[in-house]
Amino acid sequence: MPMPLEDKHIYTVSQITQEIGVIFENTFGNGVWVEGEVSNFKAASSGHFYFSLKDSAAVLSAAMFNRANRELKFQLQDGIKVICFGKIDVYGARGQYQMIVEKIEPKGIGARALAFEQLKEKLLKEGLFDSAHKRPLPFMPFSVGVVTSSKGAAIRDILGILKKGAPCVDVVIRSARVQGEGAAQEIAQGIEELNQFNQVDLIIVSRGGGSTEDLWAFNEEVVARAVYNSKIPVISAVGHQINISLCDLVADLFVETPTAAAKIIVDKKNTFLAELDNLRHEMVFSISETISSLKNNLTALRHALKSPLDRLHEKEQLLDDLSAGLSQNMRQLIEITRERASSLIHRLGALSPLAVLSRGYSLSMLMKDESVIKDALRIKPGDRVKTILSNGSFISLVEEVRRNERKTGF
Amino acid sequence: MKEKQVFEDDLKKLQKIVEELSGGKLTLGEALKKYEEGINLAESCSQTLQEAERKVESLIKKDGRYTLKEFAEDGEGKD
Repeated sequence: MPMPLEDKHIYTVSQITQEIGVIFENTFGNGVWVEGEVSNFKAASSGHFYFSLKDSAAVLSAAMFNRANRELKFQLQDGIKVICFGKIDVYGARGQYQMIVEKIEPKGIGARALAFEQLKEKLLKEGLFDSAHKRPLPFMPFSVGVVTSSKGAAIRDILGILKKGAPCVDVVIRSARVQGEGAAQEIAQGIEELNQFNQVDLIIVSRGGGSTEDLWAFNEEVVARAVYNSKIPVISAVGHQINISLCDLVADLFVETPTAAAKIIVDKKNTFLAELDNLRHEMVFSISETISSLKNNLTALRHALKSPLDRLHEKEQLLDDLSAGLSQNMRQLIEITRERASSLIHRLGALSPLAVLSRGYSLSMLMKDESVIKDALRIKPGDRVKTILSNGSFISLVEEVRRNERKTGF
Repeated sequence: MKEKQVFEDDLKKLQKIVEELSGGKLTLGEALKKYEEGINLAESCSQTLQEAERKVESLIKKDGRYTLKEFAEDGEGKD
């Protein structure tokens, strides 16, 4: 049953809107927690965030002004489930209500963990972890920069190992706070300053073990970027058990403890020392080879040089052999000849006039010309005649010559 | 950095000499000369690595300029 019009309280739009605002203020004035999924997220150029919170049945507009969202640790984005704290406000100009968000927590995961995952994702996409960007560690770092707390255990460990294992390595410490507010900025600045100073071969970014909280600075973007931008190779040596920090992921090499980082340098030094020994041995081997091969050549040459003389000796020997053989042959020849001669002489002996003489014949010769007398007519009385017998001779004077009437043989 | 450069250069020279020597194409005179040079380089590189006079310093930036200050190694360095 409608009241007469004049009795009714009539609001203007502004008035009723204001009334609604008052009701909201009274009801939600101390702030409320609202759970929902983020959608239609927009970051305006003013720095304010505008988005919607929704669930399966309803949508709530939300705004988070820059003053509040500066504190936000993670990146707000569509699809993430959040719990927001704030007031519900009426926006009269549009006839809308919206939540003015003061705080947001991710649902089911800590803000920090979500922030870490989000940042990791972002840096991964940007290529900060690319292995192509990893620089090789220096040849041999003779000067090492360390970004860490000058009072911490990390620097003591590093100095201790290096002193013992590689005292040839100079250390430049760029002290930085490694935990707490502003630590990440100091670490990043330390890396940058060592780059500007440009007198170290290698940078170790380090701190000793601690809780995830303690080590958080090494997960911050500013540190990751400083490591990425360093022109000098960086070893990340943040003491940790399970989690790998963003600093580790960006660094050219990461190890689990400061001690391990220092040991890498010691190992490098020892490797070089061993390599130098190898090179030395190789040189000794090579030079020995060279000398022995030259020696062999020399021996071969000497052989070649000696050879004419050797050949002469050979020839001489041959000659000796030959001449030995020759004289042997000669002796044989002589022997044979002699034997033949003696047999001939023997046979000759039978025919010799002397042999005839021995049988009682004699031979006479004219003394004047020593001619053998064969013809009686050739001698005259008064000739002197030499008569030869087998065992001597005698000389006689011819008294008379007689000729035979008949021819007879001798 | 300078030390590193010298070391690196020496090591490269040394490696070249070792190659030349093992190549066996040098005359005895050259080989002996290279050998002596190589042994000296190896010696100087080894000495550099075995040197025990390290410096430990703190890097300090003041008014845009860098200075090095000796670091007290007992872990009680000031700053």
